[in-house]
Amino acid sequence: MSTTTYGWLVLAFPLLGTLITAFGFRVLGGGGSSRAAGWIGTAAIFLAFLAALGALISLQGHAATDRQFVSSLWNYASTTGIDAQMSILVDPLSVFMILVVSGVSTLIHLYSISYMDKDRGFVRYFSYLNFFVFSMLLLVLAGNFLLLIVGWAFVGAASYLLISFWYRRTTATKAGIKAFVINVVGDVGLVLGTYFIFKHTGTLDLLKSFHAAETGAFGHTVAGNTKDSGDLVAGCILLLVGAFAKSAQIPLHTWLPDAMEGPTPVSSLIHAATMVTAGVYLIARMHPLFELAPAAQDVGAIVGAVTLLVAGTIGLAQTDIKKVIAYSTMSQIGYMIMGVSVGAYAAGLFHLMTHAFFKALLFMAAGSLIGAMAGEQSLQKMGGFRKAMPFTYGCFIVGGLALSGIPPFSGFFSKDEILLVTGERGGWHWALYVIGYIGALLTAIYTFRMIFRAFHGEPVPEARELEGGHLAHADVPRNPANGEEEDTDVGFPGPEHAIAERALPMRIAMSLLALGAVGAGLIQIPKVDFVIDDFLRPSFATSKLYEPHTKSGLLVVGLTLGTLLGLAGIALAYRIWVVGGRELRASTAIRERVPGGEALYTLFVNKWYFDELIEMLVVRPVAALGDFARDTFERVFVDDTLIGGTTGIVRAGSAAVRAAQNGFVRYYAALLVLGVTGVGLYFLLQA
Amino acid sequence: MSIAWYLAVSAIVFSLGAVGVMTRRNPLVVLLCLELMLNGGNLALIAFSRMWGNGDGQILAIVVMTVAACEVCIGLGMIVAIYRQRLPIDVDELRELQG
Repeated sequence: MSTTTYGWLVLAFPLLGTLITAFGFRVLGGGGSSRAAGWIGTAAIFLAFLAALGALISLQGHAATDRQFVSSLWNYASTTGIDAQMSILVDPLSVFMILVVSGVSTLIHLYSISYMDKDRGFVRYFSYLNFFVFSMLLLVLAGNFLLLIVGWAFVGAASYLLISFWYRRTTATKAGIKAFVINVVGDVGLVLGTYFIFKHTGTLDLLKSFHAAETGAFGHTVAGNTKDSGDLVAGCILLLVGAFAKSAQIPLHTWLPDAMEGPTPVSSLIHAATMVTAGVYLIARMHPLFELAPAAQDVGAIVGAVTLLVAGTIGLAQTDIKKVIAYSTMSQIGYMIMGVSVGAYAAGLFHLMTHAFFKALLFMAAGSLIGAMAGEQSLQKMGGFRKAMPFTYGCFIVGGLALSGIPPFSGFFSKDEILLVTGERGGWHWALYVIGYIGALLTAIYTFRMIFRAFHGEPVPEARELEGGHLAHADVPRNPANGEEEDTDVGFPGPEHAIAERALPMRIAMSLLALGAVGAGLIQIPKVDFVIDDFLRPSFATSKLYEPHTKSGLLVVGLTLGTLLGLAGIALAYRIWVVGGRELRASTAIRERVPGGEALYTLFVNKWYFDELIEMLVVRPVAALGDFARDTFERVFVDDTLIGGTTGIVRAGSAAVRAAQNGFVRYYAALLVLGVTGVGLYFLLQA
Repeated sequence: MSIAWYLAVSAIVFSLGAVGVMTRRNPLVVLLCLELMLNGGNLALIAFSRMWGNGDGQILAIVVMTVAACEVCIGLGMIVAIYRQRLPIDVDELRELQG
């Protein structure tokens, strides 16, 4: 089979899975305890993963200079000047992405079979989940801007469906709407950005578009004219808006923490491993354009750096365990966005892969822990689960070490490589370098704060119960966000919870991810091997910034610094939250003793007031404008004048015509004769 | 003889019929007057047929007669039906279909 055939297969399997589970829901959901939909969904994604492996093997069989394949099934529209085709692009970058997406998604599907076992919406869940994976794969395989936009919007729609999956939770539906609206802002950015690029290149095809840009479509000469084209910068910044919305970067990030209302595997899949990485992929994919618009690159790098720092500080103060991980995701995506914006493409994508492993793992472990807490998510009520849940604890430690960047775990290599490249760019990029390392320290602190608070110290009642062999159940399931009673009829798991210690599929999924979290970093060890660099090189053949990194001095400094900061963060967290004890004397003491500590704490707890800021600057003015338009324009002009006027005219006219219909046959006959006579006379006089 | 005479007779017959349709209230008479109008038309057709010296007008006149026969069938049938319902035989009284 040719390489692109594998690409099409990667898309076909999840689509098939979606359709089977969606249309077969009566058959599949009929038994009540039948888990067939789960296995069908998992198998569909696993087959996609196998097809992705096939694409990888097939791709490696070609010469390194010839590894970009475009395949088109049919034309969407064949109008002059528009080449809208149903085409995919299979090259090392997209193969890398489909491998990560389908691989991690397979494990998450597997985990979900147990986690969602008692959920009434089981079949619906897997249908949505398969659709989500299909959309994401479409996004990364898209061979032209049009298909990219389609995939991009599908991903937004799928995430809306999954975030508000438990649709009787008011918090969940609100979070879904918020995510959808912010994602649409991103979609608009992407579409407008595409327009700016299409205007100059005259083609929607990605590769042709890049080629046109590189050969002067925007006024750059091949020799390297440094003058930026305004349209290109505008286009790239609009693409960045799309990337920021999807990847939860400031200021379009507020949907991500709210999106934790969805089931935990959903958080794991779309808000850690795949969806939020779409922005990173977009920037890496569009690198030929971004390299011609350094201003846009700088915007991306700065926003990434700011996000990683802000999200890290918010993570320090959150008490909802899923939100801590969500902010950690934002922060890590910030690293990736910064990386791909400064030209560390391979490093950014490498971090994307390792992050997918350890973040999915952390979310899964958190799901298991929440199961043991009978749905409770607050860190304040957790503690001492170390003995009760040894497997989950182990997964948390592995994921936490990888996230904190402790060697030899995977996060260590990938994060430091991003920072290394950033540092090598020199100039003001040193500021980003420093922010990155501050972020690394924060990461270690908040990660281990979470782990220590949940697993160390005195066991809470739920933990004691579990040690005695009994899983805690809430009397009445309540929404952890606002205390509302859950409606178990529409699919909330209800009193039955799954924990990894008691469900084999969950253990398998988590073990495999843990292996990835430990070992994935070894794929590319600085100075030893460059597997990712070499594999991705054909996709970045024309890039000026893509080159092997050789400055060993900085490399050693960076790796040492990363390790030391990670260890220091863990030690600090240990001192505050383990030695300090459950009463949080130590953290309160720090807050009181450090000047401005209280104010900073308030700022972090309130998430830097971004929600309030957006509410004030965007939501309220728009709502006010809407009210104004409704009261004056709509009511007075549209309703009264236009609609009222039209109906008035029609009524008056029909009243007149109705009067003529009086039922006297002779009267009709007279009218007929008069009419015919009139017409006859008219023609006679004309002649 | 000039065609104008024929046409004049035809027009008179037609007009008489039309006036009858508009003024009389008995449906039987209305039907009779309709026949007058049709035959006025037929007369003109035959006259033209003679003038051109071919059979087209005559053929058309026969078609008109056929249609007239059909129309009278239905019309008389309806009048009989109305009579059986003991409704007034008067087109002005029969205006229930009024909008």
